[in-house]
Amino acid sequence: MTDADVTSASAATETPASASEAARGSGAAIKAASARIADPEQRVLERIAEIRKRKPHLREDAITMSHGAGGKASHTLITALFADVLSNPVLDQLGDQAVLPIPGVDNLGLAVTTDSFVVSPLFFPGGDIGELAINGTVNDLAVGGATPMGIAAAFILEEGVEVALVRRVVESLRAAADRAGVSVVTGDTKVVPRGKADKLFITTTGVGVVELPQRSSLARVRAGDAVLVSGAMGDHGATVMLARGDVDLEAETLRSDTMALHGLTKALLDAGIDVHFMRDATRGGVATVLNEIAQGAGVAVSMNEDSLPIHDAVRGVAEILGIEALYIANEGKLVAIVAAGDAQRALELMRSRPEGEEAAIIGKVLPEPEGMVFIETVFGGTRVVDMLQGDPLPRIC
Amino acid sequence: MCLAIPARLVAYVDDDHQYGKVELGGVTRRINTSLLVGEDTTEPGEYVLVHVGFALSRVSEQEAAETLRILEEMGPAYTDELRQIRESEAMEAELVAASAGSNGGASA
Amino acid sequence: MKFADEFRDADIARALGKRIADEAGGKHWKVMEVCGGHTHTIFKYGIEDLLPSNVELVHGPGCPVCVIPMGRLDDGIALAKQPDIIFTCFGDLMRVPGSDGSLLDAKAAGADVRMVYSPLDSLKIARDNPDKKVIFYAIGFETTAPSTALTLMRAKAENLRNLFVFCNHVTIIPPMKAILDSPDLQLDGFLGPGHVSTVVGIRPYEFVTNTYKKPVVVVGFEPLDILQGVHMVIQQVLQGRCEVENQYTRVVHDDGNPKALEVLGRVFQLRTQFEWRGLGFISQSALELRDEFAEWDAEKVFTVPGLRVADPKACQCGEVLKGVLKPWECKVFGTACTPETPIGTCMVSSEGACAAYYNFGRYSRARERERVMGAGSAGNGSGNGNGAAPEKELKPIEVRAG
Repeated sequence: MTDADVTSASAATETPASASEAARGSGAAIKAASARIADPEQRVLERIAEIRKRKPHLREDAITMSHGAGGKASHTLITALFADVLSNPVLDQLGDQAVLPIPGVDNLGLAVTTDSFVVSPLFFPGGDIGELAINGTVNDLAVGGATPMGIAAAFILEEGVEVALVRRVVESLRAAADRAGVSVVTGDTKVVPRGKADKLFITTTGVGVVELPQRSSLARVRAGDAVLVSGAMGDHGATVMLARGDVDLEAETLRSDTMALHGLTKALLDAGIDVHFMRDATRGGVATVLNEIAQGAGVAVSMNEDSLPIHDAVRGVAEILGIEALYIANEGKLVAIVAAGDAQRALELMRSRPEGEEAAIIGKVLPEPEGMVFIETVFGGTRVVDMLQGDPLPRIC
Repeated sequence: MCLAIPARLVAYVDDDHQYGKVELGGVTRRINTSLLVGEDTTEPGEYVLVHVGFALSRVSEQEAAETLRILEEMGPAYTDELRQIRESEAMEAELVAASAGSNGGASA
Repeated sequence: MKFADEFRDADIARALGKRIADEAGGKHWKVMEVCGGHTHTIFKYGIEDLLPSNVELVHGPGCPVCVIPMGRLDDGIALAKQPDIIFTCFGDLMRVPGSDGSLLDAKAAGADVRMVYSPLDSLKIARDNPDKKVIFYAIGFETTAPSTALTLMRAKAENLRNLFVFCNHVTIIPPMKAILDSPDLQLDGFLGPGHVSTVVGIRPYEFVTNTYKKPVVVVGFEPLDILQGVHMVIQQVLQGRCEVENQYTRVVHDDGNPKALEVLGRVFQLRTQFEWRGLGFISQSALELRDEFAEWDAEKVFTVPGLRVADPKACQCGEVLKGVLKPWECKVFGTACTPETPIGTCMVSSEGACAAYYNFGRYSRARERERVMGAGSAGNGSGNGNGAAPEKELKPIEVRAG
């Protein structure tokens, strides 16, 4: 150990100004505590905060499954490669949907979004890939406040896949589109040799119109806002994980939550609720969306663990596998950041609709520490909720 | 160091009790129960500690209740006691102040 | 009773935290939790927020993923890349970096690497793929080793010849001893590993109380278990006792699980020595397969490179593991060494002391600032600003109008 280490170690033990001492509120105690905060630990933490703000760097030589899990690795891939190379003012906003100007129209914009679906298995309790392909794209438009107008769908089919199966998927996709009140107005099909795809993949692109200036915008998020989630978390991810059969778990009550949310978002906006921002919490779960909000808007988000809506079965899967429901994917849930004064009304409205029966106010936006999400635990402690590192891999230790 | 969680043993799935089915929050899994012998012999309906697909031991409801009882005594009961002490101290202080006041010697 | 929520009660926690603060007095306490599972619970529930700042928890060496030396990981990856292999391991291990990438990277490069929840899943994969060789990368302490033992006994009974185990099971006592032998150690006592103890019982820790005169309390994994364990350690010291106590009586018997110990003895024997990341070589600290299981032993059947990769010089994990340094006091913490690019063992798995602190612990500092700087920042969810109340405000976050 070098001299420097000895110094830092002893400095830490010699400043035992306790929190309770500070909490007594005497001037001296506050001074002592402030001094302690200016200690080496605080400097290390500040340095970490700086490093976290730096542009991520893609280190891997090859794509791994982590890059597709919706967490930190996905973000790094998108920002360090795709957004970097394709950079332009619209893309750089990295929203759920791009908003393009309509020539000659000032108060409306054209919202465009696209999404690929590669879920395995194709059919799972509560839904299938066709239904996901519609709902996912409708939701990406809806959370921006856009009204979906039409959908384009492209299908990649693996040689040998049964026609009956393709038909079943397409019929389900049609039914979901009908329920969402949109039409598939154009499409494409390609066939690849056996083994080059897993039965079938779907890419959908959605177009809609949105009022300008956009009401749902990261720039409108501010300290004091309430954080709502439209229902129980993790149902879809847990269902698919079990349906894959890798973990040998069974749960009769578990269903994917796939559903279109445009009715819910429209109702919120039409009711005049001061919605500042909405995003659907898909891969990476609610935790990842909240981290995106905290970093994108330069605020902190605080959640209350008690208030998080999670079904028993998802809780069970999470406990058994050692993962957290906050990180598990949803396909029919949105996070809404709402002006505090409208929070209760937003909650009641959500709960009055089938898409939001289990909605909850789960926390609030704080001014600092910037870019951080944390949770007040049921136990009375606090912990940081960072972005998902890679896939939510089950752990044993 | 290892993630092990309590789950309810629903039933044994074979006659010699080598495998069983456990349940947690409506989620079930088949596990190996061959380590549940001696003190750890478990009846369906009781809880077992599950680690990587194996039941490591029976979870004793009696012992858990005893631990909770101790915690309860150390926790809220202790706080109540503290509150009583504080209240009686406050009362004493009041009495002292009152008597000091009657003597006309109260100081700021 | 479900043996979970009952042990997460915030009211009891608050009162117990207060009691610990009262009894801890002015002394600076250092209590080590040996087990990574405890470290996880401590951060997951924010237990340190409930303890006075003069009671410090030191996060010990008991994370089986963290302690695997990089060379052994490289060996595993080399095995995974051989032809006709299906390589299986627990999810924890998939992302751990070797000297040239992780198992996840090996998978991306074409190796058939599969995550399993149980060693028995590897057995099933072997049965279902008779034309492939299945290698299970076994890790874990005495908690996990009996599962591997029973799986191997089953494979032998079935005469299943395409399942192999790359054994990296380790034992808990030798690293504890290594830490206790360290001259710069400053610990007041230990929280003993609850789940290891379901197998080995509580007697193996008696050397800690007898030889090293440090109290040990074997504790469970719910947050109240840990608080109670800390309280029991402090009580022992204050009362001048030095014993191995069992807080986790609902699952741990004093003699452990005799059947599990028996299968361990039938399948494994102690290695002469084994390298621990951050702690170096420790004699008789790991398990290997007995000769009766040589045909299932990946180290005997396959060519394992067996190259030793030295721990990076900048890394101070050894000091962190011994409680001499706090995670943030390490020179590379949070800058060169992060959870995405870990240099040392403590940053490798989310249970490692540094990763846990990096991922979950940092906010408690900001929270303290909030508490001290007063109610200025309106309506922070937790601290009530004036700080006069010794009990923290624990009501759900209120969202006020306006």
